Amino acid sequence: MQKYLLFFFIIIFSSSLSANIFEANDSPWDDGKAIDLRWELSPMVQQVVISRYVSDDNWIPVHSSTEAIGSFTDTGLEANTEYQYRLNATFSDDSLVLLTSAMPSEQWFYMGKLGFLLILLLVCLAILYYIHAAHHGKEFFIRHIAGLDSMEESIGRATEKGKPILYVPGISDLDDIQTIASLTILSHLAERCAEYNTDIIVPCRFSMVLSAAREVVKEAYMKAGKPDAYKSDNIFYLTDDQFGFVAGIDGIMLREQPAANFFMGSFYAESLILAETGFSTGAIQTAGTAQAHQLPFFVVTCDYTLIGEELFAASAYLSRDPQQLGSLRGHDFGKALVILLIIVGVILEILGISNLKEFIAGAIT
Amino acid sequence: MKKSLPLIFAFLVGFVVLLSEFIPHRPFNQIVSTLEGWFMIISGFAILLGQISLIRMNTYKIIHKVPNWQYNLAGLISFALMLSFGLLWGMRETPGILGHGEGITAWLGLKPFDYLFENAYLPLSATLFSLLAFFIASAAYRAFIIRGLESNLLMITAIIVIIGRTSIGTMLTGWLPESLSFWHIPNLADYIMEFPNTAAQRAILISAGLGIVGSSLRIILGIERTYLGGGK
Repeated sequence: MQKYLLFFFIIIFSSSLSANIFEANDSPWDDGKAIDLRWELSPMVQQVVISRYVSDDNWIPVHSSTEAIGSFTDTGLEANTEYQYRLNATFSDDSLVLLTSAMPSEQWFYMGKLGFLLILLLVCLAILYYIHAAHHGKEFFIRHIAGLDSMEESIGRATEKGKPILYVPGISDLDDIQTIASLTILSHLAERCAEYNTDIIVPCRFSMVLSAAREVVKEAYMKAGKPDAYKSDNIFYLTDDQFGFVAGIDGIMLREQPAANFFMGSFYAESLILAETGFSTGAIQTAGTAQAHQLPFFVVTCDYTLIGEELFAASAYLSRDPQQLGSLRGHDFGKALVILLIIVGVILEILGISNLKEFIAGAIT
Repeated sequence: MKKSLPLIFAFLVGFVVLLSEFIPHRPFNQIVSTLEGWFMIISGFAILLGQISLIRMNTYKIIHKVPNWQYNLAGLISFALMLSFGLLWGMRETPGILGHGEGITAWLGLKPFDYLFENAYLPLSATLFSLLAFFIASAAYRAFIIRGLESNLLMITAIIVIIGRTSIGTMLTGWLPESLSFWHIPNLADYIMEFPNTAAQRAILISAGLGIVGSSLRIILGIERTYLGGGK
């Protein structure tokens, strides 16, 4: 009996040593558009080509490799469709063909984004808590933002000189949150301009932004009790073209000589051209953007700059609405959480523990 | 109703889009692309608004002969020319109302729209972009004037990065032994760009990200409604 068992194990062991494995499995926790392929071949293999069956005995190569053991993820597939794969392995004196198939399916949760979801939930809960606290009368200290405090100074100067104010709501369309943040600032600025009877010029790059900006300024004038002073022609469309838009604004700055320029929103390569031209006209300049690469240009050329988060805090800061101010305290909680995670992450990495990094990195990848 | 309906839409759409970020299953994984399609359709119609605004503003200035009205006339003529050429003979492989315009294309070498695009629009655009080099020089000069400790540090850092990015940096400190390679100017420039610069940029990006979360939450919950025109 023992002899038979020994013989049986030897057969199994030897067969596992020389086994050529080619597997296809649905990629886990995704939208059903990928299949994970894995192969384990003899180390003598020289070339591995994996093909996917299309139709009528037609196979298209999707991957090639020289590794005996490897994996590959085939993407861009359709969910709930059976896919067949063929592996052609070339050896020095032989070749091998292996077939496999799998069906990608959609899951109900991106497990890789669990870390992202937890952090988002924590930040959102903190913001909601502080909004609730503010709603019940709790007062929060909010530090001064020079760029927003200067708004009065800019309007005052424009009023004294009898010159208009130029407001550029960025070069992105309405689907960019920076443009939305910019329009909320425009609303407050337009209201103050209406009170002081100062003209505000708003050139827009996109028609959607144009119609939203007109609505915002019109409402601001109505709120200030001066609907008749609203001039719809002061909010106009220039062009969709990036540098054409810049040329148009530069022309306005040089011809109209506005007393104050506001550049709020999303800006790219044109930021310095705009701000430097504005600087040459001697206008008070305030800029705000969350584009980290454009901030140095604005810092150099503008009198005041709203850096990153300050652009999004502007509306709450200007409105002085306790609920909105409460949400700003929620941002601070988020910052504290990120700082804590960075410190803990650095300590864990030094200790050789990568779990936290991988948990959070899963959300990014 | 005028205000509450958009607020309800903002809440529903915002919440569903947020959910779709974490749910890969249908219909959630198709919602964002569908909404983007809707946005494109609405934008397409809105283009007409922009064009009306453009024509109205320029015509007003030309009729009332406001100072520099000639620029407005040039703008309108350019707009009309490109629009007409595009409509009549199309662009690249796309035919226009009169087909591909083989005769005029043979004469110009390109379709009229493409001819103007290649020979007027592109040079003008490139000219404006190239102005950036001069503006960088003048802005950098102002930034590097030594006024205090910060501007001093900024200037020293900038000089290291500028020299480190050119062959002068390699030439100046190329003789340093391997043990002192960190002080080789190109390596110093790389260090500044890779660590202090990246750290500062990431700090800004993280804080901006938190600002976006807060802003979006205020909009979804209807606390922030100035973007609809007016406050509460």
